[in-house]
Amino acid sequence: MAQAPALPGGFELPLEPRLPRIGSVDAVALEARAADLAKRSIKRESKLFALDLAVRMIDLTTLEGADTPGKVAALCSKAVRPDPVDRSVPSVAAVCVYPNLVPTARQRLEGTGVKVASVATAFPSGQSPLEVKVADVRAAVELGADEVDMVIDRGAFLSGRYAKVYDEIVRVKEVCGRTHLKVILETGELGTYDNVRRASLLAMAAGADFIKTSTGKVAPAATLPVTLCMLEAIRDVHEETGRMVGMKPAGGIRVAKQAIQYLCVLHETLGVAWLTPDLFRFGASSLLNDVLQQIRKQKTGVYQSGDYFTID
Amino acid sequence: MSDVAKRGTAVPAPLAWDYAPAPEARDIVSFEARYGLYIGGEVVEPRSGEWYSTISPATEEHLAEVATARTEDVDVAVQAARDAFENGWSSLRPGERAKYLFRIARILLERSREFAVAESLNSGKPIKESRDVDLPISAAHFFYYAGWADKLEYAFPNRSPRPLGVAGQIIPWNFPLLMLAWKIAPALACGNTVVLKPSHTTPLTALLFTDVCRQAGLPPGVVNIVTGDGRTGADLVRHPDVDKIAFTGSTEVGKDIQRAVAGTRKRLTLELGGKAANIVFDDAALDQAIEGIINGIYFNQGEVCCAGSRLLVQESIYEQVIAKLKRRMETLRVGDPLDKNTDVGAINSREQLERITELVASGEEEGAEIFQPSCALPERGFWFRPTVFTNVAQSYRIAQEEIFGPVLSVLTFRTPDEAVEKANNTAYGLSAGVWTEKGSRILWMAERLRAGVVWANTFNRFDPASPFGGYKESGFGREGGRHGLEAYLRFD
Amino acid sequence: MARLPVRKTYKLYVGGAFPRSESGRTYEAEGQNVARASRKDVRDAVRAARGAYPGWAGATAYNRGQVLYRLAEMMEARASDLAAVCSGPAEVEAAVDQVVWYAGWADKLPQVLGGTNPVAGPYFNFTIPEPTGVVALIAPDEPPLGGLVSRVAPAVVGGNAVVVVASELHPLAAIEFAECCATSDLPGGVVNVLTGLQGELAPVLAAHMDVNAIDLTGVEGDGAELERVAAENVKRVVRQADEQSPWEIAMFLELKTVWHPIGA
Repeated sequence: MAQAPALPGGFELPLEPRLPRIGSVDAVALEARAADLAKRSIKRESKLFALDLAVRMIDLTTLEGADTPGKVAALCSKAVRPDPVDRSVPSVAAVCVYPNLVPTARQRLEGTGVKVASVATAFPSGQSPLEVKVADVRAAVELGADEVDMVIDRGAFLSGRYAKVYDEIVRVKEVCGRTHLKVILETGELGTYDNVRRASLLAMAAGADFIKTSTGKVAPAATLPVTLCMLEAIRDVHEETGRMVGMKPAGGIRVAKQAIQYLCVLHETLGVAWLTPDLFRFGASSLLNDVLQQIRKQKTGVYQSGDYFTID
Repeated sequence: MSDVAKRGTAVPAPLAWDYAPAPEARDIVSFEARYGLYIGGEVVEPRSGEWYSTISPATEEHLAEVATARTEDVDVAVQAARDAFENGWSSLRPGERAKYLFRIARILLERSREFAVAESLNSGKPIKESRDVDLPISAAHFFYYAGWADKLEYAFPNRSPRPLGVAGQIIPWNFPLLMLAWKIAPALACGNTVVLKPSHTTPLTALLFTDVCRQAGLPPGVVNIVTGDGRTGADLVRHPDVDKIAFTGSTEVGKDIQRAVAGTRKRLTLELGGKAANIVFDDAALDQAIEGIINGIYFNQGEVCCAGSRLLVQESIYEQVIAKLKRRMETLRVGDPLDKNTDVGAINSREQLERITELVASGEEEGAEIFQPSCALPERGFWFRPTVFTNVAQSYRIAQEEIFGPVLSVLTFRTPDEAVEKANNTAYGLSAGVWTEKGSRILWMAERLRAGVVWANTFNRFDPASPFGGYKESGFGREGGRHGLEAYLRFD
Repeated sequence: MARLPVRKTYKLYVGGAFPRSESGRTYEAEGQNVARASRKDVRDAVRAARGAYPGWAGATAYNRGQVLYRLAEMMEARASDLAAVCSGPAEVEAAVDQVVWYAGWADKLPQVLGGTNPVAGPYFNFTIPEPTGVVALIAPDEPPLGGLVSRVAPAVVGGNAVVVVASELHPLAAIEFAECCATSDLPGGVVNVLTGLQGELAPVLAAHMDVNAIDLTGVEGDGAELERVAAENVKRVVRQADEQSPWEIAMFLELKTVWHPIGA
């Protein structure tokens, strides 16, 4: 199992000097380590630091069939100024929407520093012909997306057609050009940590700027151990090649306490160099308000109510 | 960082993220100014008239005054245990004995935070370990053996198990309460009474435990606690009315005890030192193996008899393992044992710190290469940086002697045969670790490693249901599980 | 004219061979000259046992059981010879039966003495008995054959290699027994028999750093001095408790506990 090739024989990897050993992941020990890090107790100024950082790392997301320009416009306002009462709270990193809503977001966010991210490649299943996916990406880029969140073809991956997965990412990356590419592995469908690690390495080898856990449409979405597993793959790529790849856990991160746990895992796995929205994002929607409540609680010492924070 | 710049990204990473102090509340535990001996259900002044100060190794602050039991005190304690054994405890319905132990387990859980704080204060171990390891497993141990008390006939069919009488128990300072639980729970479950001597440097949780006995309504004399030093232990070992000696500690003292009981027919179990090999094959799940190495040697500051103090790495992945290991060591948080984020606490005593320091110096002299992370150490108290030695030869003292501190020696091997040969090339045989993804190799290794506990793809796991104990000079007898009962029974 | 019988020379049994004592000494017991083993013979016997140990311990339990059963067959075949050097046929029959009884334990020990342990976590955990290594046995004087067999059989069936100090008073039964061992399929060195003076041999074995356990059943008195020197390498010191039982086997066994995570 451990030595089973993750890539077809004779496959040339573009990563120089070389891809890290594929190896394997022990599930129990990985989960134990994640659980251990989750017990870090972050208090006072270090907590405020983490909460502020968490806000700056959020990709505020809406990916519903019912999304409208109105809904997205409201979300963009929230993204730019999450807490109108407290001006010191920063903007989030990006707003993440479907391609059709990119123009609305683009217009609302122009000049604010908040990026527009668009999902693409037949999100969320990825079960469409490559040319459809490429067209999807091209449309998102042309409509003004700064970042593209693509999905890998899990069907191909799980049936061992790694080269297909790899080629698609390469192709999408070409179309993206300077647009930032996040590759969603949909870890909830991959079944094992071994697969998560292989898919992470594959995506990074193919040119991903970020690797991302989930679409949010499949349970389980992001978990702490899955994130740790992916961060360790990122670390290995960095150690081998010097390349710094970003990480985005998405889905299921709803409260500030979880966000801080993710930041601790990030901090103690990859170090402070990764504590920037350039290299770490949270894909979330309801997380933001809980973080805002915690920030105000931290500043005032008083427990907060949702009634005092706008829903979008 | 240059990478980030190259990509034209905008938001610089911070220089550091220092976690604010997160101390566990200390006021949950209050120590008395003075602790007498606990004999016959009462706290008594030592006949010896001797007292000593017990401290916090993290700050060297005085915590309490503790009695030193001498020959006469030990004699009274053994007498009290004998009385309790003859007059009630041994003839108590086993189901009732069980209920006392269940009570103790429950009370320990209820008071676990208090005990955890006390343990960290007196021993120097990080609160996250006393909270998540020592206390839960101590309580679980009582719970486990409680259930055996009225089922001994089923544990040993056709053997008519009977209690031995008075057990003299001597425990070390690395897991003060947990070792107490490992000793007292099976002894009581089997119908014995005990005289227990805690370590000289860590008596406080044993003394707090006397209050648990009181709350549980345990009959007087069933548990007696005599504090003191090596002389107290020697008195207990030599006492003619003690039927059994159970000792956990150094191999050196273990041998002295074995000599002392020679010819007496006292029953003896010894849980002594170790120099465990932690063997990493090139196909191992590497990041988890690194965690296992770290846990193997820096858990409880390496003050663990079964610590994985010799790392055997397959040569083909040597550089990678060392690089990952050093990187991981840089993230260890060394400091205040009461801080919830502390990974490595204080060394238990000045004496132990001196021993570690001396052995580490010998490693450097012999030519090994030393690495220590850059963490800052507190000024007061007894501290030692997590340390790893590379370029270690099997013959170096640091590869042979038990250091009982946060010091890892790294050796390499080429083949499974060589790994086994090196792992077994020691007088000890307590534990071993194996890291490989290949199932058949795990079993092949497990069969050949001469050690009482083999952790495969894990390390330093403990459970009341799992027997623990050594081969060779690591001692004899098992603690935990059904096998742990045998040390406290005779068979008619 | 009556034929002059060919007499047996009573020698040591070490490493599957029958050497004389390297000291060249003998002593007289039961009307015979018997080899009087020296310290160096002890050394050689322990070396032979250590050499034979891995193979014997590594043999399958089924195989060990078969070999011990073969030993019983050889004893039965020599029953009259054995009877001549002990209390008689009844003792021989009991001894043969005991070897058969222990032979049947070989492949049942882990099931009776070991087991799986239900730990509170995602780990598979099991405990198995393993031989302790090289065992020194100080054989009791009485009964000459039965006493010896009741110590050798439980020690050997578990996979240990043994060095026996034969009864000083009744060494002939031990040598006769050694001859049975030599003609069974027991690998050379698994059982080694030294005859001689207990007072000379037992202390050397008790102190020997390559002996893992010592059985003092045949020692007169409290054995305190032997126990004291045995502590130098933390030897397991045992004495017979039962006529025959699996716990007699367990005395010469270690318990190994193995943990492995359960995860996909």
